[in-house]
Order: sequence, then C-alpha cells, then structure tokens
Amino acid sequence: MIKVISGRLDGIDRRETLHYLGLTVRDIPSAESVALVDECEREALAAQDLRAVYDIYDYFADGDDLDLGFAKVRSHSLALSLAGCDKIVLFACTAGVGIDRLIAAYSRLSASKAAAMQALGAALVEGWCDKIQEMCVREYGANKNRFSCGYGDLPLTLQRDIFAALSVTKHIGITLSDNCFMTPTKSVTAIIGIKPRG
Amino acid sequence: MTFRQKLDDGFVVLDGAMGTMLQQRGLVAGELPESWNLTRPDEIAAVHRQYLAAGADVVYANTFGAHSLKFGDATEEVVAAAVRIAANECARYDGRFVALDIGPTGKLLKPLGDLDFEEAVGIFARTVRAGAAAGADLIAVETMNDCYELKAAVLAAKEASNLPVIATFVFGADGKTMTGTSPEAAVAIAEGLGVSAVGVNCSLAPAEMREVVRRMLAVASVPVVVKPNAGLPEERDGATVYSLSADQFAEDMKELAQLGARVLGGCCGTSPEYIQKLRAAISGYSPLAAEDKNLTVISSYTNALYFGHSPVLIGERINPTGKKRLKEALREGDLTYILGEAVRQQERGAHALDVNVGLPEIDEAAMLEKCVAEIQAVTDLPLQIDTSSPEAMERALRRYNGCPLINSVNGKRESMEKFFPLAKKYGGAIICLTLDESGIPDSVEGRVKIARRIIAEAKKYGIGRNRLIFDTLATAVSADSRAANITLGSLRQIREKLKCNTSLGISNVSFGLPQRDFITSTYLALALAGGLSAAIYNPYSDEVEKVIRSFMALSGRDAGCAQYISYASSLTVGEVTRTAAKTEKTTEAGLHYFVVKGLKTEAAAAAAKLLETLAPLEVVNTEIIPALDEVGKGFEEKTIFLPQLLMSAEAAGAAFEEVRSRLSPSDNAKKVKVVIATVRGDIHDIGKNIVATLLRNYGFTVYDLGRDVPPERVLEEAVKTGAQIVGLSALMTTTVPSMKETVALIKDKLPAVKTVVGGAVLNEEYAAMIGADKYCRDAMETVRYAEELEDKLN
Repeated sequence: MIKVISGRLDGIDRRETLHYLGLTVRDIPSAESVALVDECEREALAAQDLRAVYDIYDYFADGDDLDLGFAKVRSHSLALSLAGCDKIVLFACTAGVGIDRLIAAYSRLSASKAAAMQALGAALVEGWCDKIQEMCVREYGANKNRFSCGYGDLPLTLQRDIFAALSVTKHIGITLSDNCFMTPTKSVTAIIGIKPRG
Repeated sequence: MTFRQKLDDGFVVLDGAMGTMLQQRGLVAGELPESWNLTRPDEIAAVHRQYLAAGADVVYANTFGAHSLKFGDATEEVVAAAVRIAANECARYDGRFVALDIGPTGKLLKPLGDLDFEEAVGIFARTVRAGAAAGADLIAVETMNDCYELKAAVLAAKEASNLPVIATFVFGADGKTMTGTSPEAAVAIAEGLGVSAVGVNCSLAPAEMREVVRRMLAVASVPVVVKPNAGLPEERDGATVYSLSADQFAEDMKELAQLGARVLGGCCGTSPEYIQKLRAAISGYSPLAAEDKNLTVISSYTNALYFGHSPVLIGERINPTGKKRLKEALREGDLTYILGEAVRQQERGAHALDVNVGLPEIDEAAMLEKCVAEIQAVTDLPLQIDTSSPEAMERALRRYNGCPLINSVNGKRESMEKFFPLAKKYGGAIICLTLDESGIPDSVEGRVKIARRIIAEAKKYGIGRNRLIFDTLATAVSADSRAANITLGSLRQIREKLKCNTSLGISNVSFGLPQRDFITSTYLALALAGGLSAAIYNPYSDEVEKVIRSFMALSGRDAGCAQYISYASSLTVGEVTRTAAKTEKTTEAGLHYFVVKGLKTEAAAAAAKLLETLAPLEVVNTEIIPALDEVGKGFEEKTIFLPQLLMSAEAAGAAFEEVRSRLSPSDNAKKVKVVIATVRGDIHDIGKNIVATLLRNYGFTVYDLGRDVPPERVLEEAVKTGAQIVGLSALMTTTVPSMKETVALIKDKLPAVKTVVGGAVLNEEYAAMIGADKYCRDAMETVRYAEELEDKLN
C-alpha cells in the first residue's frame, strides 16, 4: 500500500554541500564563504518541507528485462543493482517548494546565495533520501544503495510510470514536465532492492 | 431552483469520492478515470446514482483530470460525456445539481514550474466550455495546492461560462497549502475572483480540518465548503481501507456544520454510506447564516492583510517619479535594481509595496506585468498596483498572485468606468482619490462629496464600500498653508461619517521644503491620530520610522512597549558600533580588499569614498578590475572557489553601482556585448546566471534572456542588440539538440557572431560537434574569451 510520510532535518551535510559548490574534500573554503553557507543553511532549514511517498513491489528479472511491479523496463545497470532481490521499494521525495522559492528569489538577487542555496537544497534532499533509505533498511531489510532514472541506462522516461504508480503529484505535490524534469527541483525518485530474508 | 438559490436555502450536501469508488469497480493504477466516461459510462452512472440515493444535492461529474494536457483533442468529448451521464442521473430527482469538476493540471505554474499562467487559463477554459455546453449547473474547482493555479481555473470558469463557481484548496496539517497560502489569504483570493463558496477538500480528516475551517469562517462572506477525506488509508487484510468509519465521519462533519460550514461532502475514501450518514447527522439543524464580513483585505500568495486595525505601511520606492536611478533601470529593462528595492523595503518593515513603472518611453503595460511577476518571485508582500492605464492595470491584475490593491480610481466618470469593472473581476481593495473633472476641491466638503459619489458609483458595479480606501490627497503645504488641514479634515470625516478606510501618500506634503522628513513624519503622526488606515511612505526614512514606532506604543498596539524598547535600544547600540566598524575597516583596508573578500556594503562605501578624489574610470581600472582579476586568477588556480568568486563579483557590482552614477556617457565601458540564454526545454539557469554576473562585473554588456529560450528569440535579441557573442547553456543531454539548433540558426543568419557554449553535459569535442565557436568550462573562461574579443576590437 502506498504510504506518505514527512520529515525534518536539523542540519545539512556540509561536505556534500561544498561538493555541489565545486570544492573537493581537500579544498578549504574562505571564511566569508563559510559564513555565506551558514547563513543560507539556516534559511534552507527553516524553509524545508520534507515529504515522501513510497510503496513496495514484487520484482522479477529475466536478464536485463525487468518487471518492477509498477512497470516493465529494460536496463542492464538496474539489473546489476538489483541482483538477488525479489522486491523493491519505490519512492519519491522532495525538499519542498520553499527551497525552490528561495533559489528563485536569490537567482534574482544574489548569485552567490543562489549558488549556495542550490547546493544546500541538493544536499538537503540527499540527506532526506538517506533517512528514507535508513528506514527501508530497518523495516524491510532493504539494500543500502539506491538507483534513480538517468543513472546508467535506466531511461528518464520511467519517471512517468513512477509518477503514475505512486500518484506522486497528488500525494506530495511534485510535478513532472514533458521532458521529465521534476518541480520542486530538489526532489528525487529512486528504487531500492530488497533481498529475500533468511 | 438554481444552485445559487439552493446555496441560500440551507445546507448543501455534495457527493463523496469518485476515484476510490472506481478502483473498487476495477479501475487499475495508471488508468485515467475519465476515460471511463466513454468506455464504461454505466459504471460512472451507477456511482452517481448511489450518491444521489444517499442524499447528495450535488454530484461531481467525472471530469477531475479531464483537460487537454491529458486528453488532447478528445477533451471536449470526455467532458461532455461525463456531464451528460451525471445530468441523466440528476434528472430523476428535483433540485439536484451537476458540478463540472476541475482539478489541478498536475503542472506547477511559473515562476516555480514551467506552465505559463495564461496557458493554464486556456487549458481550464477548454474544459469549462465543454462542460457548460453539456449542461453543468455549477463549476467545482477543487484539490488546489497552489492559489495561483486556482486563480487561473476560477478566471477560466468566469470567462468561459456564467455558472456559479465553488472553489476548494488542499490544506496541510500545518494550516497552510503546499505553496504556503494561509486560510485567510485563500478566502481573500477566491472571494475576490467572485466565487459563490470557498473551502477545503482532500488531504485531512474532518477533525483535522477544524482549525482551518474556523479561520475561513471568521473571514468568509460566502458559504464555506468542507469536503474531507475519510481519514488515512490503511492496509487491512491486504485491502486498502480508510481509518475513519462512516459514523465517525458524519459525527465530525456535524461539528463542522455547527461551526458554520454550509456546503458539506466527502473526498478520498468516502462512499455513499458516508454521505448518507452525513445527511442524516445534519438533518434537523439549520445552517448559520453566511454573513457579509465587510472586511477590507488584500493578500499576497501567502498572507492576508486587513485595513482598519493596525496602520498598513505601503512602501513607495518603486515609482520612477523623481528617481533617476529607477528611471535608468526601467529604460534598460534592468529588473535587478527594482527587485533589490522590493527586498530592502520589506527589510525596513513595509507591509505592502506600491509598484509604479510609468515612464513615457517604455511599454508600461508589458513592464508592469513583468515587474509584478518578478517582484513576487523575491517577496511575499502584497502589492499595490499603481497605474493610470487601464490596459496596464488589467495585465498586472491578471498576473498578480494574490488579492490585489488597486491604485487608483478617482471621481472622474471615465476613471470609474474603466477601473471598477476590473476591480469587480479581479477583486481586492481600491485606492480612491477624492478628485474629479474639476480637480482637487480645496474644501473638506468638496472632497467628502466626491467620496460619496464614488461610493454610490462603486455600488452599481457590486463593489461594497468596504473595498474602497479613500486617499484625500496630501498636497504641498509650502504652496498652500491650509493644505494639510483640508486633507486631514476630509480624512476624519470619511472615517467617521462614511465609515471607510483611508490612505495617504504622505511624502507629498513636504514638497518644496528643506528637511522634508520633519514635516512628513509630523504629518503622518497627525494623520494616524485621525484614524488613517494606510500610509504610502518611504521605508528608508528614520524620522518616519520613529513616528510609526512611537505611535504603535502610544495607541496601545504595542503591549508593554516591548517593540518600541527593542527598536529604540537597537538604534543606540547599532549606531555606535556601526560607526566604529566603519572607521576601523576603512583605515585598515581599501576597495581592493573588500572586493577580494566579497564584502558588499564595505566595498560600496569604500568606492564612494575613493570617488571623492579619483575619476570614476580610475576607480574601476585601478581597484575593481585588479581585485576581480586576483580572485579570477585564484579561481583558475583552484585556491579560490565558486562561492568566493561570486561574492567578490557581487561586491564589485556594489562598488560599480557607486561608480556608474558618476560615469558620463563618454566614459564608455567595454564594446563587447553578450546575449546569453539557457536553451529551449532546459530550465536550469544557475550556471548561466553565474556567467552573466561575472561578465557584467567585468564591464561587459549582457542581455540575459533567461531559461527555456527558443532559438528564434536568441537570434532576434542578437540582431536587435548587435551583440558579438551569443552564450548558450544546457544542463541536460535531452536539451543539447535545441542548443545545436540555436547555434546553427545564429551561424546561418549572423555568421560574424561568436557562439559560446557551456553546461554540465558539454565538453570541447561535444561543443565542436554541434558547431559552436567556443566551449567554456566555467564563468572565468567566458570572461577571458570576451576579453580576447574586446582586445581585437580595440
């Protein structure tokens, strides 16, 4: 059965954020840019509206021809990721429309804050994905990796099936454009494999 | 009996869920429920029949998602079939009604999403026309998460039919819609557009809706609709059931009815049993009368703002009269300056913003429409739309996301004939100036007489006096020493005798006098004492702020004077530290340092100081550019990173803003001009914006066309501006073809123009393959390329 959940994060992974801003782990950001990211992080956390929708499906693979339970697809990369699994968790999640509003506002007002907010939003939704994944690991013994449309040879158009299967727009308000972009932009859909127990 | 009469008559019971009913009858996931209107009409009819038998006064035709995005050219057929099926079933009874059901498109509107507002109106209008022609009795706009989309749907319903409209929003447990609209703002927006009833549906159970319903009832003048879910879906024995039983649902609904809700039904998970029990639970009760609340209200897309309680402060800074910098920005189409003014006024405490972009040499209607949309992307304050052109007013009112404040109508016949119909259609409050064909009367009686005439005329259009805010016209006291007394006297009379709200553009009073703030702020104090509801003011004036803060304390609106104390103490402490910091920093470091560090305010102050002794171009060439170069070089060497690069660019921009006011036209900046865009189909613009920011701060002229830009538009701008470079950005592999198409078009029509491309999916080879002249890895490389070209031109 489709389940809808919401959540809240207390902080946003700084390493991930800096990575999105083009810094490697060895790079040391200036004090001014740290202050900038700190300030934007406070705003992003206040604006977060984390929601997710998910369901569990039976999974069968015949080589690279995959029956995901909600759709059939041919994908070598996903087959590898789901090797040995007989069920999957399909989820869609979003950091909410407030983050997009902040990005939209700053892209008109301050390029540095826009870049910081963009990076923070991406790191925020990744953090939310991690939380959802942890829950799936705990409750269903799911795998610790997840797979999204556009990775490897998994087509972006599978998004349309995902949106239909989970009624994503109705449940958590993410909309899908004709060329499969999601809005709010800080949103993710993903598949996590579950191996048979025992 | 018509539906409107039914609404006046008593409770109206709506039907329950359609979707969950069809699932029970075999609708599979992913199948469009509306397709059954054509393929399995008997099943749809059976559901309606059950609801009618259960006592529903209104059934929603199966048209929730029947729009052209899903059904294309079959839309009309699907809609008409649905309405006819429902109408056939209703015809078996007396006094039952068919609602054309309109749900959201599933797309988010611009600026957040990619669906244009007018496109949305067009999509809804198609469904409305088909539904009205097939015999619907009313239109139910429902399950709206976004008040902007609701506005598009209600406008379409009003423009494409004469049917009554009921509109319901989805609220979360936090008491807001997903896009952040409060219940009060939702009611203001929907009532402004002329709906017959407003309310809430889906998402929550009846008991969880109680607070939202209560808040709606407190401000709504039309009946309130409640159509909740049967609790939450749960899995029981492999089947999905809803948590709330029909008995509990009916019991909870009765409470909402007793609170005042008048139109009641069910959403997801409810069935004919729920509706039948709901009907039974309210039988024997009479609904509370929906009374006219007589509120004066405007709103943004988030919050409502009421007049007549605490004084409403409306920022006056977005108005070109007497403002050289703003005129320049408007002529150049430079919205950055205007958006900055919007944010600064909000930070200074304005509750709403006046927006006036009237300049004889620009297309005011297009600019006002654009400014309203852009300002709403940076602030959630309500806007006061200020123009004397009915065309500009209508275009701005349409686009405005909220319940507007119209500025202004006056006692001239022509003004009222042009503006009252717009106010009737788009809602909101109206600033009314007490002047007419013979000018501004120089007596209290004269001005009040005009006010009475305006009230009488507005009534003919169905506009109540609660929506009128009278401005008795502040004129210069230096020209006529009686001016202030007449204005304030008129204001008092209108407040006391006509019971209307009032507003004044206070700054005019001090025109022609030295130290204008002294006069303006004292005038404001007098007006506030006389009951002024709203002041159009300069939020940057400290004198005016002192009066406002003091007035709030003195008039008993600031409990324990807490806000006054915090303001007053921040002022003393702030001033001391601010001065200290300034002296310390400017002695320690100069403009170069501040630009490198990316400190905006300090860079601007340092530039202003340098300009006292140095020529403008010298400041640019000896301080700003070398500092930017230092940062740019660090970025290339990977010792400085993107955030710092951008902060420096912004600090340079702030310094340059000081310089530009002193530049003469002969101090020509760089010759290279760049047209820049994210290509069609792609909505990612952050990289493109970074390139534009940096190019501008290096003194190049940039024409930024935004995102999702078609090739023809890029060509058109390049031809118009004579740009030497066209810069294109694409983030997704799926949009590279449209980049290729744009490059080819430019090469074909403007072979001398250089095409520069960039974006995550591109590299040198890819760029060469699509025929671009240059691939730039990042913004600095683009700057270097433009500099090379500049050198060649010199």
